[in-house]
Amino acid sequence: MAKRIDVSGLSAYYGGTKAIEDISMTVEPRSVTAFIGPSGCGKSTFLRTLNRMHEVIPGARVEGKVLLDDENLYGAGVDPVAVRRTVGMVFQRPNPFPTMSIYENVVAGLKLAGVKKKAVLDGVVESSLKGANLWNEVKDRLNKPGAGLSGGQQQRLCIARAIAVEPQVLLMDEPCSALDPISTLAIEDLIGELKERFTIVIVTHNMQQAARVSDRTAFFNLAGVGQPGKLIELDDTQRIFSNPSVQATEDYISGRFG
Amino acid sequence: MTSSPPPDFSEKSGPPASTGVRPPASTGRSGQSSLKGNSRLGDSVFFGLSAGSGILLLVIMAAIAGFLLFRSGIAISKDHTNFLTTFGWDPDNILKPSFGIAVLAFGTIVSAAIAMLIAVPIATGIALFISHYAPRRIAQPFAYLVDLLAAVPSIIYGLWGALFLVPHLNGLMSWLNEYLGWTYIFKTTDPGAPARSLFTVGILLAIMVLPIITAVSREVFRQVPRAHEEAALALGATRWEMIRTAVLPFGRPGIISASMLGLGRALGETIAVATVLSSSSVLSLHILDAGGGTFAQNIALKFGEAGPLGKDALMAAGMVLFVITLLVNGAARLIIARRKEYSGANA
Repeated sequence: MAKRIDVSGLSAYYGGTKAIEDISMTVEPRSVTAFIGPSGCGKSTFLRTLNRMHEVIPGARVEGKVLLDDENLYGAGVDPVAVRRTVGMVFQRPNPFPTMSIYENVVAGLKLAGVKKKAVLDGVVESSLKGANLWNEVKDRLNKPGAGLSGGQQQRLCIARAIAVEPQVLLMDEPCSALDPISTLAIEDLIGELKERFTIVIVTHNMQQAARVSDRTAFFNLAGVGQPGKLIELDDTQRIFSNPSVQATEDYISGRFG
Repeated sequence: MTSSPPPDFSEKSGPPASTGVRPPASTGRSGQSSLKGNSRLGDSVFFGLSAGSGILLLVIMAAIAGFLLFRSGIAISKDHTNFLTTFGWDPDNILKPSFGIAVLAFGTIVSAAIAMLIAVPIATGIALFISHYAPRRIAQPFAYLVDLLAAVPSIIYGLWGALFLVPHLNGLMSWLNEYLGWTYIFKTTDPGAPARSLFTVGILLAIMVLPIITAVSREVFRQVPRAHEEAALALGATRWEMIRTAVLPFGRPGIISASMLGLGRALGETIAVATVLSSSSVLSLHILDAGGGTFAQNIALKFGEAGPLGKDALMAAGMVLFVITLLVNGAARLIIARRKEYSGANA
């Protein structure tokens, strides 16, 4: 189910502007890797290069390699649509499809993949919503609109939608930044369960969150405004937060800047 | 002195920000004077203006409806035949005035329906092309071009329809007659006759309403939140699947509203229809056959030579058109309201 990500020499551009420069890292399967760093350091951009979502912005492009196990996502002939079915994504703001019910939202990815059998879909809806810890709250109103749920429930619905297609990797772009602390806690617990099945990469501005949920933490930084973001340090989370090897990391996590 | 708040505090604490009105810089030293409201002249003037405009609209609507009702009442009471089912239009017959709207209602609805069937899918396609497919460099001039089409006067469309479209449609009509003639609708009883038919009018109306439907749909498609499009893409949707999953459902109420605007124009189009259609009081399901009529076209053709009762009879026809337009719009509102909780509005 889960795959290793191996990034080497990756740079990403918006038009003529270089957003991230020469990033290389390895993400182990069935682990949670957190990306931290000041705003504008390119952590979200980098995350979006991992499922080829970066290039949906007009003028955006990527250089370098991203290996999923041994397959380069940016190799010749690789279909970005197929990549995104393998590498799922959860966004900063909960974005269930407003025109769909809870049920339809969960099966949206499967429908795109051509699954039509009602029995299969029913099973996936239950298992995905259970996987996202949402089943008990919504099982009696699966045909109600997904947009009628609370923010935290909507985000768990989006997680259910993402895991319904059984991806190899789950990318989360600040999934809790629009949620209250209780919903945040629910999502964090969920991340702990999901890492048994998926490789998870999470961008967060909340350093306690990074410390709580992740096994490894990557610190990104930029030299100045207009400069591309770079990976400063990637290490075990415990080490990053207790004894980082780079001074800038220590300054950032101790609140001296950023 | 001890109880007075610091001056910078009294500056900040104004009325709730939602009114958008800042209190005048407080000169009073005591804490109370800064909290007392002044009469806000701008607010009351603007309220009066906007409320007045709203009321004026209602008054005009009521005046039109009342006028139409009154005059049509006079006409219908003098009609010797059934107003709703009679084909012919002879209100100025002194001995026995007889007139009915059957042909007009049929012609209006059929030509507008043909126009909608052709225009809505094409307009949706053009709108999607502009909003989601074309590179920005091409999309913008293309959008202007479509807007420009909306500015062409009806009479130009009418002339073009009569002088170009009618002579060039015979090929299409004989093709339809040959292969779809069995449907009865596309059967021609008089092959080779000039194409001054409801079908031709429908095509012309489709071209005329295309720009307005395109322009409104395009704006709605542009409003689709980026987050929903990315949600679909991240699930592994192709561009078309993304449009089907996120853009079209979100834009559905907008497409319906846009179609209603177009339909309003198609139902009421006068001069272009009058230029193209060969008027007759024949009601035929063979939409390729020349002849028929529409409300607006009939009014334009008959108004000049109409006598007193003739004018009132035309008012009555206008009244029916008014009612049909209201009914169609009401139906569209219902369709939109039925799925309100699924609209993008609560996202």
